[in-house]
Amino acid sequence: MPLLEARNVVMRFGGVTAVAGVSFDVEAGQICGLIGPNGAGKTTLFNVVSGIYRPSGGEVRFAGQTITRMPRHRMATLGIGRTFQNLALFRSMTVRGNVIAGAHSGGRSGFLANALSLPSARAEGAAAAERTGELLSLLSLAPLADMRVADLPFGVQKRVEMARALACRPKLLLLDEPAGGLNHAEVDELAELLEQVRAGFDVTILLVEHHMGLVMRVSDKVVALNFGRKIADGPPDEVRASPEVLRAYLGDGQCAEAVHAA
Amino acid sequence: MEGVCGKPPIRPNPADASQPARGAAIRLRRYLPPVASLAAILAPLWLLEGFHLFQLTVAVIMALAVLGLNIVTGYSGQISLGHGAFFAIGAYVTAALMSHAGWSFWATLPPSAALCGIVGYGVGLPALRLGGLYLALVTFSLAVAVPQLLKHRSLEAWTGGVQGLFLSKPEPPPWLPLDPDQHMYLLAVLVAGCCFWLTSNLVCSRIGLALMAIRDHPVAAEASGMDIAALKTRAFAVSAMITGVAGALSAVTIEYVAPDSFGLPLSITLFVGMVVGGVASVLGPVFGGLFVLFVPSIAESISRATPGVVYGVILIVFLVGMPDGIAGLIRRAAQRIGWSAEDRTT
Ligand SMILES: Nc1ncnc2c1ncn2[C@@H]1O[C@H](COP(=O)(O)OP(=O)(O)OP(=O)(O)O)[C@@H](O)[C@H]1O
Ligand SMILES: [Mg+2]
Repeated sequence: MPLLEARNVVMRFGGVTAVAGVSFDVEAGQICGLIGPNGAGKTTLFNVVSGIYRPSGGEVRFAGQTITRMPRHRMATLGIGRTFQNLALFRSMTVRGNVIAGAHSGGRSGFLANALSLPSARAEGAAAAERTGELLSLLSLAPLADMRVADLPFGVQKRVEMARALACRPKLLLLDEPAGGLNHAEVDELAELLEQVRAGFDVTILLVEHHMGLVMRVSDKVVALNFGRKIADGPPDEVRASPEVLRAYLGDGQCAEAVHAA
Repeated sequence: MEGVCGKPPIRPNPADASQPARGAAIRLRRYLPPVASLAAILAPLWLLEGFHLFQLTVAVIMALAVLGLNIVTGYSGQISLGHGAFFAIGAYVTAALMSHAGWSFWATLPPSAALCGIVGYGVGLPALRLGGLYLALVTFSLAVAVPQLLKHRSLEAWTGGVQGLFLSKPEPPPWLPLDPDQHMYLLAVLVAGCCFWLTSNLVCSRIGLALMAIRDHPVAAEASGMDIAALKTRAFAVSAMITGVAGALSAVTIEYVAPDSFGLPLSITLFVGMVVGGVASVLGPVFGGLFVLFVPSIAESISRATPGVVYGVILIVFLVGMPDGIAGLIRRAAQRIGWSAEDRTT
């Protein structure tokens, strides 16, 4: 059974159909790339999969369970973590605070237990702090732990988001353009990091990315969208060579070059 | 949670590793602030008398009320212009139970806090749908409505109507060599101290982080597993409880409750105290309480004719000089001299 199954997902905003009946599977342990020109519907599909949008039609199953009608805050508990295309950090908080907040779904203690600082609440706090410490060193954020995120450069903020997403111990990690705004060297580091994360945390990754080099390098399979429809689905080489995909990118010179260069 | 709130572990500085005085310096850093604060809290018992001690007691109570407001507005980002209403409910429950039913002060605290919690939860529910300015207006109308409800005829048997209710301070126990004013100060400090301790635990915990996360970015907070509705309504309830307990303390300290002392000006005063002291800070409300109690009388002594203008000028000077409140200033000063401020959240 695939870990993630999207079935005929449709998402309309008023008259705009951003996703028009997309189905695909992601097997446990895979890194699946999701590509497509600007406005293809990738982020919208992501928001449906992570429960932020209720789809206008179709459904999404995670580990066999239909998640499309569940409350949004249940997703992290189920094991779906995500990052955002445009940073969505808790800006007034430190790096460490952000990552600990990401571990929220790992705790159960409420207002009373925490106000009284009961041992159960303290133990949860300590576990979250320990997890956070590990993630901070994995993502080379440890020296910046006590800085306010708003004061840090863009690339660092992206890593903080990744650490925060990993803090909920996800089985499925959704990354929306993690390479956006990064330079060459940083993209190389990111590719290594993704491999490391997949192996080290036993996590499945769904990756939206415009950086074709990165997608083709790390993905086990690639799904391509255009105008809200799936136009290709398969191993990276096949998808890259698919005439539909080439045509989708042709109008967009920069992307077409990127496809050829990759 | 070490390092999230508060004291990042004090690491020995390799540069002075050879100095024998190092251990003493670390101990000084660790113990001086709490010992000094304790001394500062207890000294007025002997240094101040009568009216001045009474005023300070009221300042402690205001600090507690501001602390309540800070949970909901500072930490969870829901603007309340109506916390005077919770203060009023707390004061009236205590006053009514003491003067009609002869309860002791301590016994009235749980029902007083509970009723405030329930009403706070009730206000928190519409707050979920109403963002920012609309919520401010709803709480504003609460502040306007409550004094009138307290005067209403159908409640007069309990509230004393326009006249209000008289009650008396709890007597100091015979083994305590304190006069009633000193005893009341001690009581207020004790109750407020407990509430400050509970609140500082809360805001440093996963719950406090979640409240701030929701305030900063609700979508990302939900994606991190935070149940916004549950957290916001509970924050409202806890906040109302704390401000209500402050109201209960004020009823016994002033020995009198009257509907018009709990109007809109009180709510605004609490808001001013929160901003001046420091938004989203546990230490801030202490300074906020002192400010709202003493600065108006200082203004009065500077100009008898236009105390409002002087107060306004002082307020502006404070806000311009300390944009993140008095607590923010102290925090930065403490960081500069290398002491960790106890109040640094997240
Ligand atoms: N909340 C919304 N309301 C209305 N239209 C929307 C909304 N979100 C997305 N759209 C529209 O849906 C389409 C798909 O947008 P989406 O953000 O999913 O694209 P994308 O593939 O992520 O693009 P990009 O590569 O630029 O991030 C676009 O035409 C966009 O204008
Ligand atoms: Mg997008």
